[in-house]
Amino acid sequence: MKILVCISSVPDTTSKISFTDGDTKLNKAGVTYIIGPYDDYALARAVELKEQSGAIITVLNVGNADAEPQIRKALAIGADDAIRVDVEPTDSYFVAEQIAAVAKEGNYDLILMGRETSDYNSGVVHGIVGEMLGIPSFSPVMQLDLNGNEAIMTREIEGGKEKLTASLPLVLGCQEPIAEWKIPNMRGIMTARTKPLKVIPAAGSALTTTEKYSLPAPKGACKMIPAEEAEKLIELLKTEAKVL
Amino acid sequence: MILIFTEIADGAIKKSSLEAIYYGSKVAEMMGTTATALAIGNADEAELAKAGNFGAAKVLHANDTKLTNPNSMAYASVLAETVKSIGAKVVVTAKSSFADAVTARAAGALKAAVVGNVTELPDLSNGFQVKVSIFTGKAFADVNVNGDVKILAIKKNVVAPIESGNIATVENISPALADNLFAAKVTETIKATGMISLPEADLVVSGGRGMKGPENWQPLLDLADALGAATACSKPVSDLDWRPHHEHVGQTGVKVAPNLYIACGISGAIQHLAGVNSSKVLVVINKDPEAPFFKAADYGIVGDVFEVLPKLTKAVLANK
Ligand SMILES: Cc1cc2nc3c(=O)[nH]c(=O)nc-3n(C[C@H](O)[C@H](O)[C@H](O)COP(=O)(O)OP(=O)(O)OC[C@H]3O[C@@H](n4cnc5c(N)ncnc54)[C@H](O)[C@@H]3O)c2cc1C
Repeated sequence: MKILVCISSVPDTTSKISFTDGDTKLNKAGVTYIIGPYDDYALARAVELKEQSGAIITVLNVGNADAEPQIRKALAIGADDAIRVDVEPTDSYFVAEQIAAVAKEGNYDLILMGRETSDYNSGVVHGIVGEMLGIPSFSPVMQLDLNGNEAIMTREIEGGKEKLTASLPLVLGCQEPIAEWKIPNMRGIMTARTKPLKVIPAAGSALTTTEKYSLPAPKGACKMIPAEEAEKLIELLKTEAKVL
Repeated sequence: MILIFTEIADGAIKKSSLEAIYYGSKVAEMMGTTATALAIGNADEAELAKAGNFGAAKVLHANDTKLTNPNSMAYASVLAETVKSIGAKVVVTAKSSFADAVTARAAGALKAAVVGNVTELPDLSNGFQVKVSIFTGKAFADVNVNGDVKILAIKKNVVAPIESGNIATVENISPALADNLFAAKVTETIKATGMISLPEADLVVSGGRGMKGPENWQPLLDLADALGAATACSKPVSDLDWRPHHEHVGQTGVKVAPNLYIACGISGAIQHLAGVNSSKVLVVINKDPEAPFFKAADYGIVGDVFEVLPKLTKAVLANK
């Protein structure tokens, strides 16, 4: 069993977002980077599958050298080796193209990643990769078990979920509760230092470019209504906010 | 030509898809072309013709029985084939996790640029530029979209459709469907019935850990019922299985953009706010006046949810 886990490197979810260089670049000062929270679920499930029935896990990041701490963390959590495609991950199609190229070389049974990144939230990379490889893709997958060559999955649908089965190889976009996030232990951190990390160049070019960033307008003050007069809220929502 | 991927639920065009059709028709106007809607699955011709009211000149309907149950791979194949056959340059869809799965595979087949969470009509003054919401609503990016085919997934409430009273012509299509599109076997579907769809809802009442336990949800459900609102919850609430997972909103859950979001016993963690900050009006009820949610909300009540909720329900019912 060979599993490819694709991870993004994104600002910590508590980060305050701001921009520099005339609003053309993300201000990275003081921002901590983490493995994309959804990717982290995918990685955690891959490690569980490895523990259950054996697997080789390769972790893949499309990104520049800044992402190496997140790659090392994935190795510490339990991936066996890593590949970094050395390029700024600018758009979904472009990133998918890099992943598909690596996947073609590696003959993976499972390609796992988060349902979406927490920076652009597009949620399309897994599907594009699946199409490029000519294999099925499913997302958002919230449960995954293997029975030989067959994957047994639960996928979230609007207002519920569905259970489905399909044969490997597959590309899956993962979300909780597929597994619980894992924290690397000391031994994992030590061994991660010497696990192989291959850096390869990118192919192709991005289909989009970002020209400028902006922040939403600041919120006005919150209008407080005393709890004893709670019913006044409904009146205000009708007459003032006009949403009822 | 602009093509709109239209989602159907229970035989009707989804409200978010009607917005996408309207958006697509505006883009068509700007580009001097027309908008065609693509509807896949079971629906009456009369229902589909309503797309005209929102600006579509024509509806292409793929109604093969194999397509009755939503299947992202088969739908993607139909979408990609349709883009090719009518020569569409721009595809518009309402953002949803099903639409993402469909447009993603179509993008792979068409080598199309895909941009998600579009918040405005495009700026065509210098190429093709759209504003997208990034970092789950914490910021925006102006993105230049290149590529021969462009796929735009728009957020809810980006346009306020003006109905034209027109009726679209409906044309049946029967695209080829390869067997490998049906590789997955759905063994069970578990779906709440009679519930208002959360991503589509205009009004949402949401509960957090302050609700103290699943047995206490009734007052919240009563308010939602009185308002005709969908129900939602914070991540710990779904993690604890107090509420079903599809109700979880936030950075790692459903992103909602209703007109009104009422948060009951939710502290307002940054990851929670990320999923609700596109709402028009945010209301918070929390017994702790220091709860961070008050900084993000439009209206606030400091108080015990179990005392406040029944009062609100009563006021809504009295006003009906
Ligand atoms: C990577 C990451 C991703 C995350 N993604 C999400 C996400 O998508 N969505 C999400 O919601 N969270 C997410 N979280 C978790 C988030 O950080 C918070 O822990 C969570 O939102 C808190 O939920 P809560 O407000 O229900 O609970 P709490 O923070 O425990 O707040 C409960 C609130 O209820 C109030 N309260 C208690 N009793 C009463 C009462 N009787 N009447 C009125 N008020 C009362 C309290 O004052 C308190 O403010 C994420 C965290 C991480 C690290």
